Amino acid sequence: MTAATTAIDRAAAADPPRPPHAAAGGARRGTHPSWLRSASFRFALVYALLLALSASALCVFLWWATAGLLDRQTEAAIRADAQGLSERWTEGGLPALLLTIDDRLAQNVDDDAIYLVVGPSMRRLAGNLPIWPSFVTEANVPYPLDVTRAGVPSRARVERFDLPGDFHLLVGRDARVRAQLRGLLTDALLWSLIVVAAMASAGALLVRSLFRRTLANVSDTAAAIAGGDFTRRVRLSGRGDEFDQLADTINEMLDRIGRLMEGVRAVSNAIAHDLRTPITRARTRLEDATLHAATEAELRCAIDRATADLDGIVAVFQALLRIAEIEAGSRRAAFARVDLSPVLVDLADLYAAAAEERGLALLTEYPTQPGALAVYGDRGMVQQALANLIDNAIKFSPPGGTVTLAAHAQPERVDMLVIDHGPGIPPADRGRATERFFRGETARHTPGAGLGLALVQAVAQLHGGTLLLEDAGPGLRAVLSLPRHGAQATVPV
Amino acid sequence: MRILLVEDDRDVAGFVLRGLREAGHVVEHADNGRDGLFMAASETFDAVILDRLLPGGIDGLRLLETLRGQQNTVPVLFLSALADVDERVRGLKAGGDDYLTKPFAFSELLARVEALARRGKTEGPVTRLTVADLELDLLSRQVKRAGQKIDLQPREFRLLEYLMRHAGQVVTRTMLLEGVWDYHFDPQTNVIDVHVSRLRQKVDKPFPTPLIHTVRNAGYMLRAEAV
Repeated sequence: MTAATTAIDRAAAADPPRPPHAAAGGARRGTHPSWLRSASFRFALVYALLLALSASALCVFLWWATAGLLDRQTEAAIRADAQGLSERWTEGGLPALLLTIDDRLAQNVDDDAIYLVVGPSMRRLAGNLPIWPSFVTEANVPYPLDVTRAGVPSRARVERFDLPGDFHLLVGRDARVRAQLRGLLTDALLWSLIVVAAMASAGALLVRSLFRRTLANVSDTAAAIAGGDFTRRVRLSGRGDEFDQLADTINEMLDRIGRLMEGVRAVSNAIAHDLRTPITRARTRLEDATLHAATEAELRCAIDRATADLDGIVAVFQALLRIAEIEAGSRRAAFARVDLSPVLVDLADLYAAAAEERGLALLTEYPTQPGALAVYGDRGMVQQALANLIDNAIKFSPPGGTVTLAAHAQPERVDMLVIDHGPGIPPADRGRATERFFRGETARHTPGAGLGLALVQAVAQLHGGTLLLEDAGPGLRAVLSLPRHGAQATVPV
Repeated sequence: MRILLVEDDRDVAGFVLRGLREAGHVVEHADNGRDGLFMAASETFDAVILDRLLPGGIDGLRLLETLRGQQNTVPVLFLSALADVDERVRGLKAGGDDYLTKPFAFSELLARVEALARRGKTEGPVTRLTVADLELDLLSRQVKRAGQKIDLQPREFRLLEYLMRHAGQVVTRTMLLEGVWDYHFDPQTNVIDVHVSRLRQKVDKPFPTPLIHTVRNAGYMLRAEAV
């Protein structure tokens, strides 16, 4: 089995793009390479992209803010200069302006100032530019201007201001130092982008391995369990985070599956064991009859008894299947309002004669007005559950005793009681009495398969109710409580 | 009676065929759904015994639905290994008149088929049932035997009514549970026997000839002559 599975796995692994059983799915999957299908890779990619994107956005903003600031500073200096010069013009006219320009040029320590004043014929009057650059035609607009200063080519920003009397003023600043600064900044930011890319890749790898490690914990456990080791559980990191919660949920699920499997195993063992006895009996009878029956009557008698044994086995199977059917819960779809009073009246009517036959009195104690005892459920199931309880009570009661069938409405539920005064169930056995095939010591010598209470329990569970087994001192007091059917109740609570 | 058996299991079919013929019935057999449908649709039967799971593309449910679609009202008894309550309900909803699960006792099958075939024949509502000197009036709800009034509890009355409606036929304990009490499970206690014996106390005991007979390994039968 294992070898065969491994061989199939290998065959599948050898030819992954086109699995024979998934032609349509294969075509769809085939459009993406396998590494794109990996969730860890996708997470890592998303992480890297997000990091790179946000870092780039930050760089661009930094660059824009710093470089822009430099440009604006230059422009502000030019304007302030021009403002001062225009004030000189207003105060002292052209001579004062020319004088101021010469002064400023002389005092300009950084040697970055550019001035030019021209007359109406665009003739140079003062300043450190030889001629008016022809493209500077608009006033109050910054222009870039290539200049050569002390033999070094450089770029400046200039602005034109028009003075009264068709005089024109050109004020500028050499932007060489600032351009150097900007270049430095650009370089630094570009380098930092490279660093960001490297860090994003490293982070992506880290995210991917973290993701894989977290998943590996779960998938290793699942694989081990699929391989047959049901004791394995998902490790908890102890941090109580989402992964721990997931691990907890998975472990709980595994525990539940384990309990169910244990139950199935116990039941199949019980079936194998408990049915072996009647099957052996039937087989022995038949074999004995073929070997030793002297007359046809004896033979027929043996066959009849073997048939009866087989009928008993079939009855056990039917009870088991019925319990399984109830536990599966598919019948819940057929639930409806059930008025229990007629059900109880019918059952009492059916069983009173049988009880009397055995010298027992069947006492009844329940309200009979319609709707007093309404539950929401399956009428047939409740009937059968109650019948099982009454069957048991009659079976275990000593002659001359009483069996009580009672029911009361409680605010939230309806309690149905079947009380006998037989041997009861010892406290130690009460918990197990509803297990399939459980037969208490006291039940050892009474016919039955040990399925009656299991069925009652299944019915109670399906209806969201309970089955309580209590001491009736002496005897058994079985209480089947089912949730009451709400609004229709007419009995005061 | 003329009965059609549609059953693919050769052992089961052979057993049922032999049993029904021994009981005096004329039985036809089809071992797949297609033949079964053809025979059921083209010939007249008093009852059909139908397996649910059949080879030949047409299973029991489809066969019956097709048959009912043709306004064929022949009584049909399902004989199936599908024993869930849901399956039973599905079978009856499709138009089945009775549902018996495998494994089954032949006596149970025979009793149910005969009851079904008979039911198909009764015409109009009956107000009065009579077997020998026993009379049951459904309107006044009175029972008399040899002119003498017998007091019965309501449930005893319904039990006797059921037996008289099936007079001359075997009635099994399961049929009584279903027909009189509407219970679809088998109690472990012999509740039915106790009720029948109480009915006997009132109907048979005071009179020279018994009418309610026990049929060994099967159930009960009400009729004038001894079984």
